[in-house]
Amino acid sequence: MSAIDTGARTGSSKPQQWFGRGIAGLVVVVFTLFFIVPIVWLLLAPTKNGRELLLGAPFSVGGLTQLGDNWHSLITYQDGIIWTWLGNSALYSLGALVLTLLISIPAGYAMALTEFPGRRLLLATTLIVMLIPSTALVLPIFLELSAVKLIGSPLSVILPFSFFPFGVYLTYIYFSTTVSRDLLDAARIDGATELRVFGQIAMPLATPVIALVGFFSFVGNWNNYFLPYVMVPGRKAPVQVGLAELLSNVPQFNPTNAASTTIDLPTLALATLVSVAPVLLIFLFSQRFLVSGMTAGGTKE
Amino acid sequence: MSSNAQLAAGPTRGRQPAGASPRRSKPTSSQARVGVAFSSGYTLFLLVFGVLPTLYAIYLAFTKANAFAGVDNFVKVFTDYRFLPAVGHVALYVAVWVASLIVLVVLLALIVHAIRVRWLSTTSRFIFYIPGALAGASSVMLWLFILDPSVSPVAFLLKALGNDSFVDTVQVNQLPFVLAIIAFWTGAGGWIVIMYGALNNISHDVMEAARIDGAGPLATAWYIQIPLLRKWISYMAILSLAAGTQLFVEPRVLSQASKGVVPPDYSLNQLAFLYAFKQNDFNGSAAISLVLLVVALGLSVFFVFRGGLFERD
Repeated sequence: MSAIDTGARTGSSKPQQWFGRGIAGLVVVVFTLFFIVPIVWLLLAPTKNGRELLLGAPFSVGGLTQLGDNWHSLITYQDGIIWTWLGNSALYSLGALVLTLLISIPAGYAMALTEFPGRRLLLATTLIVMLIPSTALVLPIFLELSAVKLIGSPLSVILPFSFFPFGVYLTYIYFSTTVSRDLLDAARIDGATELRVFGQIAMPLATPVIALVGFFSFVGNWNNYFLPYVMVPGRKAPVQVGLAELLSNVPQFNPTNAASTTIDLPTLALATLVSVAPVLLIFLFSQRFLVSGMTAGGTKE
Repeated sequence: MSSNAQLAAGPTRGRQPAGASPRRSKPTSSQARVGVAFSSGYTLFLLVFGVLPTLYAIYLAFTKANAFAGVDNFVKVFTDYRFLPAVGHVALYVAVWVASLIVLVVLLALIVHAIRVRWLSTTSRFIFYIPGALAGASSVMLWLFILDPSVSPVAFLLKALGNDSFVDTVQVNQLPFVLAIIAFWTGAGGWIVIMYGALNNISHDVMEAARIDGAGPLATAWYIQIPLLRKWISYMAILSLAAGTQLFVEPRVLSQASKGVVPPDYSLNQLAFLYAFKQNDFNGSAAISLVLLVVALGLSVFFVFRGGLFERD
């Protein structure tokens, strides 16, 4: 653990130093295992059959044939309902992604770089609403939408998903810290209209924040369970809700359930993996961008 | 916005410091028009999916069959035999979770920040962060396996703690810890990355001065780094506190998987859900939702105006 710098130049005694480094190293190792072991297990589980999963060593590797069999039983389950669920998830989160960007980017820009009546009120409201967990509004929105008979329609998911105050706030912060007002004023003096200022000066600079808002919106909505669970039951459910549905047909967890089609544990593990695959891929392939984005977005005040 | 926006923006900051810049240009009418037009879509959504549902929930909570009912709905849900246990469950879970989040996230961020080997530090942050991809039902689903001694990779740990079956692991008195572990696994990594970023923003001079004064790593952490992280820690605590009270998906999936060992009315949101979907009592459901919303709103308003983190411009 010599990698951990504990201020060696201060002259504290050697054994103490090594003790401190040892403890720190141990903590990191323990938590690294804690975070990684479930993921590794999840990647291996679908390559085994039910028996191997129960009796074999937890980290043994099964076979590709078995993976194929599990895949087959997943995609044939209820005539391939998994594809329906994945399609619904894509529709809801991509629809919301487009709407969110169309709504948040201009709004964040307006709040950061233009002056209009009600701007401060809008900003203060955004700050407050942004800190409220979205779950807190799920049942009130459900009650509201059931009053206007919108339950069961894709819009009942896409529209609430597109209300994303944090995205507006990120855009606001981005524009007010990276685009100088003087630059915009200069363009205005040169005779550019407000629309031109936005389209030709602000937008070309906005790519990073568009990506960041898009990422948070997509990931949050793809993984959302509560809102679609109450809004769009049955065949209109997204994969997160469908996954929990699968659970009721696993004999291991529900021995009393006499459903004709059952799901094996490895198939359930595979379904879990499939349900998060798009998000996991985004995480893996945009790691560098994300970690810097998290820090920028995380330092969100 | 001043101080923290600058912390956030780091070197990319383009605007002048507030004191030095001249008062912003006088709003022209065309600017105001564009401002209103650009923010109108968002304002509409804010009204329809933020303000209006809240008002409607208030209306439902204080009425019964469209007639004013005073606090009847609240009395009814508060005296429901399931209400107090649900409050207790949620409070215990939130206490365990927020406490462990604060201690462990700060500890891990400090240690990872002290790692001088670049790839080691990057890799560990990445590993901490990656479970964030599995949120909601997926992470609970994965944890169903991890918590079931018959398939778990850590079955020896579960058995050592006296859990011989899945039903043992999710006993109600262990549940706050189980739920806290799941939430920590999913969410801590993001916060560690954020704290790490905040630690990087502490000026090098300050750290160097501490070292010259003879402060060891522990003293530096305790007297310099943690106090400078305080705003971040309280930000994390408030957000987690607010999110924790909303507990729904984890106990719901666990309840489904445990043949009812985890009760279907374990948390307050589950109870509100049962009111709306099982008892067709939208008024009662609105009353519980409103209580939860007021708690979240209170925490948020407190933080925005008293925490001083958001100095609005």
